[in-house]
Amino acid sequence: MARIVDRRLNGKNKSAVNRQKFIRRFRGQIKKAVSDAISQRSVTDLDKGEKISIPTRDISEPFFHHGSGGQRERVHPGNKEFNTGDHIKRPQSGSGQGQGTEGSEDGQGQDEFVFELTREEFLQFFFEDLELPNLVKTKLSTIKDVKKVRAGYKNDGTPSNINVIRSLRGAMGRRIALRSPYQKQIQDIEIEINRLLKIRSEHDPAIMELRLKIEELKKKKDRIPFIDSFDLRYNNQIDQPRPTTQAVMFCIMDVSGSMGREEKDMAKRFFMLLYMFLTRTYEKIQVVFISHHTVANEVDEEAFFYSRETGGTVVSSALTMMSQIIRERYPSSDWNIYAAQASDGDNWHNDSPTCRKIMEEEIMPYTQYYAYIEITEDRHQNLWQEYQLIKSHWENFAMQRIERAADIYPVFRKLFQKQPK
Amino acid sequence: MSRTPISESSEWTFSLIEKYHAEIARVAKDFSLETYPVQLEIITAEQMLDAYSSVGMPVGYGHWSFGKEFLSNEKRYKRGHMGLAYEIVINSNPCIAYLMEENTMTMQALVIAHAAYGHNSFFKNNYMFTTWTSADSIIDYLLFAKKYIADCELRYGEEQVELMLDSCHALKNFGVDRYKRPPSLSLQEEQARQKEREAYLQSQVNELWRTIPVKEERDGQAREIRFPAEPQENILYFIEKNAPLLEPWQREIVRIVRKISQYFYPQRQTQVMNEGWATFWHYTILNRLYDEGLVTDGFIMEFLQSHTNVVYQPGFDSPYFSGINPYALGFAMMSDIRRICEQPTEEDIRWFPDIAGKNWNETLHFAMKNFKDESFIRQYLSPKLIREFRLFAILDDDKKDDIEVSAIHDDGGYRHIRQALAEQYNLGSIEPNIQVYSVDMRGDRSLTLRHTQHNRMPLDKSSHEVMKHLARLWGFKVKLESVTSDGQITETFEIDREGN
Repeated sequence: MARIVDRRLNGKNKSAVNRQKFIRRFRGQIKKAVSDAISQRSVTDLDKGEKISIPTRDISEPFFHHGSGGQRERVHPGNKEFNTGDHIKRPQSGSGQGQGTEGSEDGQGQDEFVFELTREEFLQFFFEDLELPNLVKTKLSTIKDVKKVRAGYKNDGTPSNINVIRSLRGAMGRRIALRSPYQKQIQDIEIEINRLLKIRSEHDPAIMELRLKIEELKKKKDRIPFIDSFDLRYNNQIDQPRPTTQAVMFCIMDVSGSMGREEKDMAKRFFMLLYMFLTRTYEKIQVVFISHHTVANEVDEEAFFYSRETGGTVVSSALTMMSQIIRERYPSSDWNIYAAQASDGDNWHNDSPTCRKIMEEEIMPYTQYYAYIEITEDRHQNLWQEYQLIKSHWENFAMQRIERAADIYPVFRKLFQKQPK
Repeated sequence: MSRTPISESSEWTFSLIEKYHAEIARVAKDFSLETYPVQLEIITAEQMLDAYSSVGMPVGYGHWSFGKEFLSNEKRYKRGHMGLAYEIVINSNPCIAYLMEENTMTMQALVIAHAAYGHNSFFKNNYMFTTWTSADSIIDYLLFAKKYIADCELRYGEEQVELMLDSCHALKNFGVDRYKRPPSLSLQEEQARQKEREAYLQSQVNELWRTIPVKEERDGQAREIRFPAEPQENILYFIEKNAPLLEPWQREIVRIVRKISQYFYPQRQTQVMNEGWATFWHYTILNRLYDEGLVTDGFIMEFLQSHTNVVYQPGFDSPYFSGINPYALGFAMMSDIRRICEQPTEEDIRWFPDIAGKNWNETLHFAMKNFKDESFIRQYLSPKLIREFRLFAILDDDKKDDIEVSAIHDDGGYRHIRQALAEQYNLGSIEPNIQVYSVDMRGDRSLTLRHTQHNRMPLDKSSHEVMKHLARLWGFKVKLESVTSDGQITETFEIDREGN
């Protein structure tokens, strides 16, 4: 007789360890693929895994085997027109063994080993350079908060969720329903007895018999259980996303000639990080991209990261625009406003005091958090000094000079410390 | 005889599986299939993916290459490029066969007949398996290996263990004994011996490499000692016993890889037979159930559709062609043997005087027990099948400008095709013949391997990479000489101590 074993409840992730080993082994290649992917991705698009491809030769496992050449004979099926002694031109593939690697399915060329990185794994690589504290990492990678909400009752569940009132009410209903036929019969018999008593004596056998019957019915009635397993009702609980509000995030970047490709990539990570933080806190987020040189423009993401302008820099143009957009589209009573500004610190000399004025009067009072990064190795210029002044007045303002990716996080330190409830 | 079918719906339940299994077991017994006890395990698709990626081992040690295997299977499965094969069966006692929960009742019955009776009886009776594998102890051994390697990772670091495994894996096909049967061991014995071995081996190796000069001046001159005295085919075994610098735990890892490789060695040589046998029996058993009225028309239609897909052989010029389908060839040959026994034609009597007209089941069992793919084809491939498959042989000689059709399915070609096809399944000629040739005992301790060329076929360029792994194991210079049949060295791969 065969033994039949149900293994379905055994762990299914037996291969998880080996998968991790694989990822650790090729972390160099994967990391490169991840940072390529980040530069391809939209700021708002960090919540999924990534298809990673690694050159097949990097991960192949060598073994001794024959190369092409020499003399070999192969047997194939499906001959249609060949005859013994026919000479055929040698096919391109050489030995004709069809031993080549399997064609890749996405047509990306044969030499890539492609696999999916999960969202968690992807974020791990993303976080790596940023040197985020662990607490923040977990905060960012946890999926949106849910809370358990009561939602009616159900028929099964764990004992701790039994709803006593409902269960007993059910039991009572059942008892009444099941007893009533007996009750009815008893009443009928009692009427009968009363009728008989008028014409016969108490000890008449007919009456005795009816009384016995009543006894029996009463016993039956009493045998109906007080509570039965199908009376039980359990509190039903469902997951409900925490009620959240909406936020708007302003990305402001200097696109004048002095901002190179690398600076922009750095800025992108900065924006991404803020965006991720917001996705953990708010359900609905809108992103507004404002690029500026001497004039500001509201642009789409593509133009934001890839267009290049020349000429001077007037930062206040962007701030004016932001303030205007807030007034027109995002009243601070309905929206939580966040802003992230990236620049190389360059500004037209007389403009910086104007910036401070706009900031203090039109922007800071309405924003939850304003983060400024200066991507430069040069000396600070007057914009920095003006912003320093803002910083000393406003709790929700943060600024940081950035030379490498790891410098980004401190800008947000305060933000991550106390999460708005 | 007409009975009521076991079930009408395509849903399976545990009690139905039991009922079907009982009937399949009964029919299998009627046909005198001799098997290990059967253990059927119900698993999910995810678990099947896991099982796939550990080359079907129910417990495997950790290594990134299995992770790679898993990732590529997962990707193909999720995109729908690959249906999961519906059967994985473990050559163990009891014989474990996996049933995937998504399958219909028909498919479960098919798998039970195919794996739990077909493959199972093959494992228990084929000489390759009885000689080289011990179904009783394999699970225990795999457990031991898994634990040992996990312990090593803790003690010596994952990276060290991984490097060791990488190198051993590169040579695993050269870690098998082809002629000498290894003794079977139980888990306890294996663990006890492992300790002894560690101590003893280390002392042996030290002895071999002792630097204190031995008094050999009796003859006036030190004699050239050849080591090894004879060339050795099992490279990993040689490493395990003789590599000068390996730590005891590293030797044990070499041993584990080589043991597991040895366990899979028969499978690599009996693919056509094994699948052919299992397919033949699922076909025969389920048809018998149908004849007895135990399964419905719907059941047999679903089964036949699946069966037909499995034994489909596309022609060489079809876009679906990927070599000869072992299921197709094996099933056709097994069925053909039955036909030759039952209804021999005049041609069959000429070609197979021994079996024509004999009891088909005994003949088939004899063939199953005593052959491997190569010899099976050499012995039993009939002209009729050669015609049916329209087989033809192509001779590709790099000294000539074009390739030549050396034989087709005609009187002049049958024998030739049979030989050529058999040779195609001969591991001895598919794999390069590489043996441990010599060790420079007195000089730089370098190890020399020799590749003896077959039909002038050279080694692939990637051999250089394999040699790096060998150098890591050996610890000194390693050299591989490729030698023609008349003794000329045509190519040399050399890696020095530093791995260059």
